[in-house]
Amino acid sequence: MELYLDCAATTKMSRRAIDAMLPYMEEVYGNPSSLYSKGQAAKEALEKARERVAACIGSTAREIYFTSGGSEADNQAIISAAANGAKKDKKHIISTAFEHHAVLHTLKKLEKQGYEVTYLPVGENGIVSVSDVENAIRSDTCLVTVMYANNEIGTIQPIREIGGVCRAKGVTFHTDAVQAAGHIPVDVVKDNIDMLSVSAHKFHGPKGVGALYVRQGVILNSLIEGGAQERGKRAGTENVAGIMGMTAALEDAVSEMDAAGKAIASSRDRLIAGLRSIPYSSLNGDEHKRLPGNVSFCFEGIEGESLLLMLDDLGISASSGSACTSGSLDPSHVLLAIGRVHEVAHGSLRLTTDRPLSDGEIAYTVNSVKGVVERLRAMSPLWHDLENGKRAHIFKEFEK
Amino acid sequence: MALYSEKVMDHFRNPRNVGQIENADGVGEVGNPVCGDIMKIYLKIDGGVITDVKFETFGCGSAIASSSMATELIKGKPLSEALTLTNKAVTEALDGLPAHKLHCSVLAEEAIKAAVKDYYEKNGIAYDPKDFPASCDTCEHCH
Ligand SMILES: Cc1ncc(COP(=O)(O)O)c(C=O)c1O
Repeated sequence: MELYLDCAATTKMSRRAIDAMLPYMEEVYGNPSSLYSKGQAAKEALEKARERVAACIGSTAREIYFTSGGSEADNQAIISAAANGAKKDKKHIISTAFEHHAVLHTLKKLEKQGYEVTYLPVGENGIVSVSDVENAIRSDTCLVTVMYANNEIGTIQPIREIGGVCRAKGVTFHTDAVQAAGHIPVDVVKDNIDMLSVSAHKFHGPKGVGALYVRQGVILNSLIEGGAQERGKRAGTENVAGIMGMTAALEDAVSEMDAAGKAIASSRDRLIAGLRSIPYSSLNGDEHKRLPGNVSFCFEGIEGESLLLMLDDLGISASSGSACTSGSLDPSHVLLAIGRVHEVAHGSLRLTTDRPLSDGEIAYTVNSVKGVVERLRAMSPLWHDLENGKRAHIFKEFEK
Repeated sequence: MALYSEKVMDHFRNPRNVGQIENADGVGEVGNPVCGDIMKIYLKIDGGVITDVKFETFGCGSAIASSSMATELIKGKPLSEALTLTNKAVTEALDGLPAHKLHCSVLAEEAIKAAVKDYYEKNGIAYDPKDFPASCDTCEHCH
């Protein structure tokens, strides 16, 4: 069986998204800045796309800026808010310990430039507390940036409430909604959001395209200098075809969200229940306040990369937050942020879907993971130490 | 391109000499769970020759493959020869490892040395400490 269970990493493009792109490569390939009709036709499609994307998140077209993806949108939102804060002597930023690196590394850079950043804890369930945000706001806070939903453990943050607090205190609020947009309802007005990042390839659109929403009245600086595209806020000839693909994909995702979300969440819950039958395992992050397609576990006594390689041999594409897969010496900062100790954080597995799995697929996945965990434990000296009592178990034998 | 060579994948998929040896003559364990890899080597030694060797590994694909390959390289060999096994030899026998995985082959070399040292110590055999450099706990990978 072939099962792609890594939709949080990226998704397959939808046929509709591909079809929406082709005419803008083959026929309407003009530069939107050109005055002849081939260019103006592209410009028209681009501006229509801006309206369509805006409609999907409850904003207006003039609040949407197309970017090269989620990372660029995050960088621009944060760097711009920081620069505009500094003009008023506000150089304090609030974020969380488990943001995506596109946010965290941008914040680290700002810290080196003299900004102060408060990284709020996210608790064992992986959800930041609204009162923590409120209490952390100071007179010199220029930005609060909290992700809408976490990319590793799928937990959904109380964005509307955090947005409300920020609005009341007059602090700019940015949210990285890369994992949320197209998967759960996002409404920038109801959610009190000032800036929001999305990325097309997380909802069946093309890679390398995204959008930044900036509420009217919030000042945005450009990150990339050059031509006057995107109302002077993002230079560079627009990726028209990519934007058309993203727009079609987002519209589809939003229109199918209600029905699909419920079915995916129910399949997720069955997968979680199945994986819980593996002894000394534990679900990462809140069981209920999580993205419909996200399942994330830690297993004692094994290492994640080996787990992924063996699952790959069984046709399952998945991901892990182990050090070996993160390319660094430490396991994922997200797992450490929810209090997982190193030795279990190395044994993590993330399975993310964009559709409900059938009962057969769930059974195949559970049996595959179970079999691989058993095989790896059988050759693990760490597991043997746990079994013969030389080392204490971290999890209960069965969580539920 | 695949992450690992065919050799690495073969030793990962079908690791040789996995398990434990009851009443082993020498046992060496290196690494720690915080780093994400632990290797344990068991040796059976007869007349200065490694007559049997088994390993257990907690770690990534290249850690498992490195321990499997290392056991193959020392099985049936005199101790003196086993002590000259380098991480480079393990890596070469595996047709190479990605740069950030080289420490896995270092662990394999160190686990074997630790097992031999344990054998020498258990049997009161004098050895040259220079043959046994500080174990992995001091390497930068862990700290
Ligand atoms: C939460 C989050 N933010 C940002 C990004 C970066 O998006 P992109 O790959 O479009 O730059 C990702 C995707 O990896 C993500 O999951």
